[in-house]
Amino acid sequence: MSMLSFERKYRVRGGTLFGGDLFDFWVGPFYVGFFGVTTVFFALSGTMMILWGAAMGPTWNLWQINIAPPDISYGLRFAPMMEGGLWQLITVCAIGAFVSWALREVEIARKLGMGLHVPVAFGVAILAYVSLQVIRPVLMGAWGHAFPYGIYSHLDWVSNTAYQYLHFHYNPWHMIAVTLFFAATLALSMHGGLVLSATNPGKGQVVKTPEHEDTFFRDLIGYSVGTLGIHRLGLFLALAGVWFGCVCIVVSGPFWTGAWPEWWSWWLNMPIWRT
Amino acid sequence: MAEYQNLFTSVQPVGPLHNGIDLPRGDDKRTGTPFLVHLLGRIGNAQIGPVYLGTLGVASLVFGIAAFNIIGFNMLASVDWNPIQLLRQLFWLALEPPPPAYGLSIPPLAQGGWWLIVGFMLTVSILLWWARTYRRARQLGLGTHVAWAFAAAIWLYLVCGFFRPVLMGSWSEAVPFGIFPHLDWVSAISLRYGNLFYNPFHALSIVFLYGSVLLFAMHGATILAVGRYGGEREIEQIIDRGTASERAGLFWRWTMGFNASMESIHRWAWWFAVLCPLVGGIGILLTGTVVDNWYLWSVKHHVVPAYPLGSPVVVDPAILGVKP
Repeated sequence: MSMLSFERKYRVRGGTLFGGDLFDFWVGPFYVGFFGVTTVFFALSGTMMILWGAAMGPTWNLWQINIAPPDISYGLRFAPMMEGGLWQLITVCAIGAFVSWALREVEIARKLGMGLHVPVAFGVAILAYVSLQVIRPVLMGAWGHAFPYGIYSHLDWVSNTAYQYLHFHYNPWHMIAVTLFFAATLALSMHGGLVLSATNPGKGQVVKTPEHEDTFFRDLIGYSVGTLGIHRLGLFLALAGVWFGCVCIVVSGPFWTGAWPEWWSWWLNMPIWRT
Repeated sequence: MAEYQNLFTSVQPVGPLHNGIDLPRGDDKRTGTPFLVHLLGRIGNAQIGPVYLGTLGVASLVFGIAAFNIIGFNMLASVDWNPIQLLRQLFWLALEPPPPAYGLSIPPLAQGGWWLIVGFMLTVSILLWWARTYRRARQLGLGTHVAWAFAAAIWLYLVCGFFRPVLMGSWSEAVPFGIFPHLDWVSAISLRYGNLFYNPFHALSIVFLYGSVLLFAMHGATILAVGRYGGEREIEQIIDRGTASERAGLFWRWTMGFNASMESIHRWAWWFAVLCPLVGGIGILLTGTVVDNWYLWSVKHHVVPAYPLGSPVVVDPAILGVKP
């Protein structure tokens, strides 16, 4: 069976949000639940439509398959299937699958007596997706402003969208988001490295303690955030980074249409400089 | 329904402050008396200090502070020694590398000479700090994983500021010191070499960057979610698996059919974070040295289609043998 040695005692009923005991079972290692069923429904529907779109498209080259949103001229209306309608349905399926997945995580967390940090964190990632594909296009009045589904086509979208504002690196919220992303990666390397260094001190040496971990970072930089704190810090850096990412793209277009380098002129023109 | 979610420390017990584990023979003394900051204790440890300076630390700080100050004074000189204009234009100011005409030779101070000196001093400072990271781990009986992760970041730094400029034969290829100017450098290198998004190593680097953020969100959230079972006592859980590890593992197993162990998640973390600058550095090193236009490279390898160009047809100047 696909159960871990200690798993059986954890496989208890209850914790579901919807459907009672009806879907309260496992398939292999996977927990199902009502939201497992909806996840499978949305994920399969969406994937099939992507395959359909690819079949109707000009190429099976994995890098070049592209399913584009409707032309700007369709505004926020439904588009014919092969002119962006497929993209619209895929987006609905994607959001359905993501939200189902998050709710399924809530059920699993409840079943295991855990906090809800993981589904809440995943919710922030879903928000980022919705910001790009729904909130910003709606604010700008056309689905055509959303990004296309394709490996290189979505990179082209990022490039084109960024250059529409001349130089996106000057977007202050983008600056904050990138800083937080780098900081999260830095913190992750330090946390992973520290735990590995304490538990793998070298052949013949005794495994070290959290006191050693704290001492290492206090010796190095004068502060150690601690075993509990690092997980709060890491979660914060990651989620704050994604949050500022949402802000930086939602303001671009709906609230700022100029070049981002020009945005900073308010700073240069503040009255306090006139002396 | 309402239950405790592990977000902040609501009760802070205060005991005697810890000076750190005993230092081995040959080490200096630690500097500073530790003290508590209540607000820090809401999130993590409240204690600040002591710090171990040592010879490596002091030397690193001397070089680092010198480099920082030289950058600052160069910026100040560029606004005619006006401190208000320094503040006003701070984000726009730069200490630029030498112009292309100087190649790899040593230019006058005002023509990038200062940039060369600062680059050298900053590199010395960083390498000394690396040695310090390595030595502190060794002296405390720990493995050297943090130092090697740091080395991956230093690799990217050296590629951008040293290896690639040397291969290109010009210091002018290097990154300027300054907030907006270094962002301009990023945009310029991307535009000049056919859009860095078509550079597969850049793509991989971003995968590991976003992957690291994702992993830390997943890991941080998981550990906090099993905080009520002592999940943050990771070393203990690695050696002697408890219910926190079991629940954390089962959460992901039931969610996505696979789970890491309390130790292996930190190996995933380390590799994701390390590979980000590692492959990114490879991507930058190849840009302009081996590959002149990532878009054309991608067309050649059938990764992207040849997009129809609007008129007039633009010929890539690099094909005509034009050197910047």
